[in-house]
Amino acid sequence: MDRRHFLLASGAWTLCRTAVAANTPQAGNKLVVIMLRGAVDGLSVVAPYGDANYAASRDSIALAPPGADEGLLKLDSLFGLNPNLARLKPWWDQGSMAFVHASGSPDPTRSHFDAQDYMESGTPGRKSTPDGWMNRLLQTLPGEAAPTRAISMGATPPRILAGTASVANLGVGPKALDAKAIDKPEMQSALSKLYAKDPMMARTYRDTTEGREEIKRSMAAPRMAGGGGGMARSMDPSADAGAQSASGFAADALRLGRVIGADAHTQLAFTSVGGWDTHINQGGAKGQLANRLTSLSQGLDALAQGLGDTLKDTVIVVMSEFGRTVRQNGTNGTDHGRGNVMWLMGGPVNGGRMLGEWPGLESSALADGRDLAVVTDFRSVLSPLLQRHLGLSDAGLAQVFPQGPAAFRAPLLRA
Amino acid sequence: MLASQLPRAFAASTGLSDEERALHALNRLGFGPRPADAQAIADMGARAWLDQFLAQQLNPQSLALPVALTDSLQAMDTLALDQGQLYARFREAQKLSREAKAEGNKDGEKPRRELVRPVVQQAGANRLLRAVASPAQLEEVLVDFWFNHFNVFAGKGPVSVWVGSYEREAIRPYVLGSFRDMLGATAKHPAMLFYLDNAQSVAPGWQPRGRRGLQDKARRASGLNENYAREVMELHTLGVDGGYTQRDVTELARMLTGWTFDPRAVSGALFRFSADRHDQGTKNWLGRKVEAKGQAEGEMAFDVLATHPGTARHIAFQFAQAFVADDPPPALVQRLADRFLASQSNLRELTKCLIESDEFWRREVYQAKFKTPYQYLLSSLRAVTRVDGLPPDTQKLLGALAQAGMPLYGAQTPDGYKNTAAAWMNPEALAQRIQFAQTLSDRIQRRPAMAARASGDLLATLGPTVSSGTRASVGAEPAPQQLALLLGSPDFMRR
Repeated sequence: MDRRHFLLASGAWTLCRTAVAANTPQAGNKLVVIMLRGAVDGLSVVAPYGDANYAASRDSIALAPPGADEGLLKLDSLFGLNPNLARLKPWWDQGSMAFVHASGSPDPTRSHFDAQDYMESGTPGRKSTPDGWMNRLLQTLPGEAAPTRAISMGATPPRILAGTASVANLGVGPKALDAKAIDKPEMQSALSKLYAKDPMMARTYRDTTEGREEIKRSMAAPRMAGGGGGMARSMDPSADAGAQSASGFAADALRLGRVIGADAHTQLAFTSVGGWDTHINQGGAKGQLANRLTSLSQGLDALAQGLGDTLKDTVIVVMSEFGRTVRQNGTNGTDHGRGNVMWLMGGPVNGGRMLGEWPGLESSALADGRDLAVVTDFRSVLSPLLQRHLGLSDAGLAQVFPQGPAAFRAPLLRA
Repeated sequence: MLASQLPRAFAASTGLSDEERALHALNRLGFGPRPADAQAIADMGARAWLDQFLAQQLNPQSLALPVALTDSLQAMDTLALDQGQLYARFREAQKLSREAKAEGNKDGEKPRRELVRPVVQQAGANRLLRAVASPAQLEEVLVDFWFNHFNVFAGKGPVSVWVGSYEREAIRPYVLGSFRDMLGATAKHPAMLFYLDNAQSVAPGWQPRGRRGLQDKARRASGLNENYAREVMELHTLGVDGGYTQRDVTELARMLTGWTFDPRAVSGALFRFSADRHDQGTKNWLGRKVEAKGQAEGEMAFDVLATHPGTARHIAFQFAQAFVADDPPPALVQRLADRFLASQSNLRELTKCLIESDEFWRREVYQAKFKTPYQYLLSSLRAVTRVDGLPPDTQKLLGALAQAGMPLYGAQTPDGYKNTAAAWMNPEALAQRIQFAQTLSDRIQRRPAMAARASGDLLATLGPTVSSGTRASVGAEPAPQQLALLLGSPDFMRR
């Protein structure tokens, strides 16, 4: 079995591989999907500094090349990572983070709401799909059902997890795990009678009580052995305190990571982060987008801390509904575009490399003459993860992504 | 008054009893029944009460606000400030904050706390108190619907100080008036001009006066921002499937260049059309050739959009979804769209058409909409509030809405909040609502005089919306628990 241990040293990840063996789908493997709602500017997340059209199209917002003051962090001869994501760079250096650029949905809509809907339903161009692809995945995933097999973090139910399979729900804010009136036995026994036969809400009620019960139980139990020193260190309370004092998202992400990590049943999790619709004064190495990215990187770091030893079995996918215009607009921002970058992180990821084809930024290569083209369908990135990491069958995949494209060819996961 | 007569004609076909119809009206055209409503229905008879209620709701100017409410509203000093005064306040806070930060040892957030936050808090309190206590309930429901339709986000810069003014000046006056007027008023309010960036969208290459002679480096990047032009078609009017293209978005953005606000004015309305920043070229929009005509290009665009069949369909669907069913009957949507077009986008006609429609009063839609957090909060407060009573701590209530994922004036994206069960019904929502029910119940139980009859009063107020099964189950539980159970029951999660 793969025994990679994650060690936490002064806020940055270091990774040492004690042994490497074939990565085979196992019951404990986990997938966390984070959706950046509002269309993050992928060309500022992983910037193609080696493409001459990049800086030329972005007078006031292009990031400086690697080596320059506040410059990009070099990934390869073409791409650099936004300097505000520096705390994630060790993931790349240690081969646990990869990016698929020029990816996205084949549907050309530039509406946030339709594009998010398609990315969550998994059926671009089709509005009538009633459920989300992560819920269909939950229904078809091999293994035992459990109330907390999938967890959604947030006050509202996301489209991606809508469907017939039950999903546990974790609130946000420092009191998210506190006991509430619904947890009191006398209240619960009375409410159960009211809700048991309700046609609209019986299932939501059952999901509420069962999910809360299991989260409470798993959080109270000592963590499974097997992680060794790596786990002990990543759960160092002083490191946690640091994360919690960061932004609200970091504290929530830490809590989510702990809840996922504590429960062997939990295999799927989803949350979203908003605030990426930078039409105006987007900024470069500093500014609006820079601040959002810093906060996101703190959150991802905190999520990893919370996952602790289970990070070695977890793939984290970060995605956004579409990218933004190659050329900056008239107000130092960017408008709605097409291709974006998908982030893949975690122990099983075959990282430290840029994946996918790069169509280039010369005007003949742009979609509608203005946007980074989508050359990789987001589903063809997700498909091999679902199959090889989570063990989804071909028949299952056909349900999760009906009429989906061919799977991505490059190996996304470690051999 | 014709509208008040019409619903009666449908009584036979719907199967709802008169009392159910009265409660349905209170839940859909208002934020739910108060104890006094139940009393009035009992006194007048449900049928006569409903006729009177509908007639009054469509003519809200005939309804006086209770004294306790007007007193509370008058005590809020920022509600009377105009756009310019509000902006001056925002800039003052910015200036003080910069100075405090420059001095290093001062609390840089203090000016914002003292100057900006009270404005947002008072706007929120104004909204909540009116929704709880105004007899013009339909007006309050429509203010919520139309604000959400033309959403702006208080978290974006000066929109914070303007949300209340936006609601007062661009939304509230038109909820039973003209859609075209509301569209124009939102387009010209600085809250919208700033929120969707049109204030800064200028003809490509335009430079402010002081920079025109400068070298390239000092010149500001300047040109189009297509944010507003896209959302006004996608969300406010035609709808995403309304048949426009990316080219139409860009062309409309060009037509709307120069629609901005005057950042130096210190009072009054701030909208300005700046001919200087306007793109003087010919545009080609929605299949029309548009010659340069300054502000008139944008006015023409709003005329076209307000009377477009796509807009009628989009608005009709949204209206029917909010007021009737998550998946609204197509025949109703068509009828609403037809009335919208026939009346030149008159919203009183649209609202009347809804109330006159058989689909509004059908058994299958009765008690079938899952309440949004906003509706749940308000209906629970109303259900336990005396006719002249006001909720004590509006800031706490606003906090509860934020925790539930629906902060007032806090929808970040221009599509606002959804109103469907799919958007709100989940375990965290249920746990939070039951917690809120318990807290509200605890507060009432602390007053012995009220505690003794609380659950009986609530049952009388909610009338037929509480099923016999729920009545029996709750009745079998210990008395002190009954109030929280009723407020936390599945029956009360719906309207």
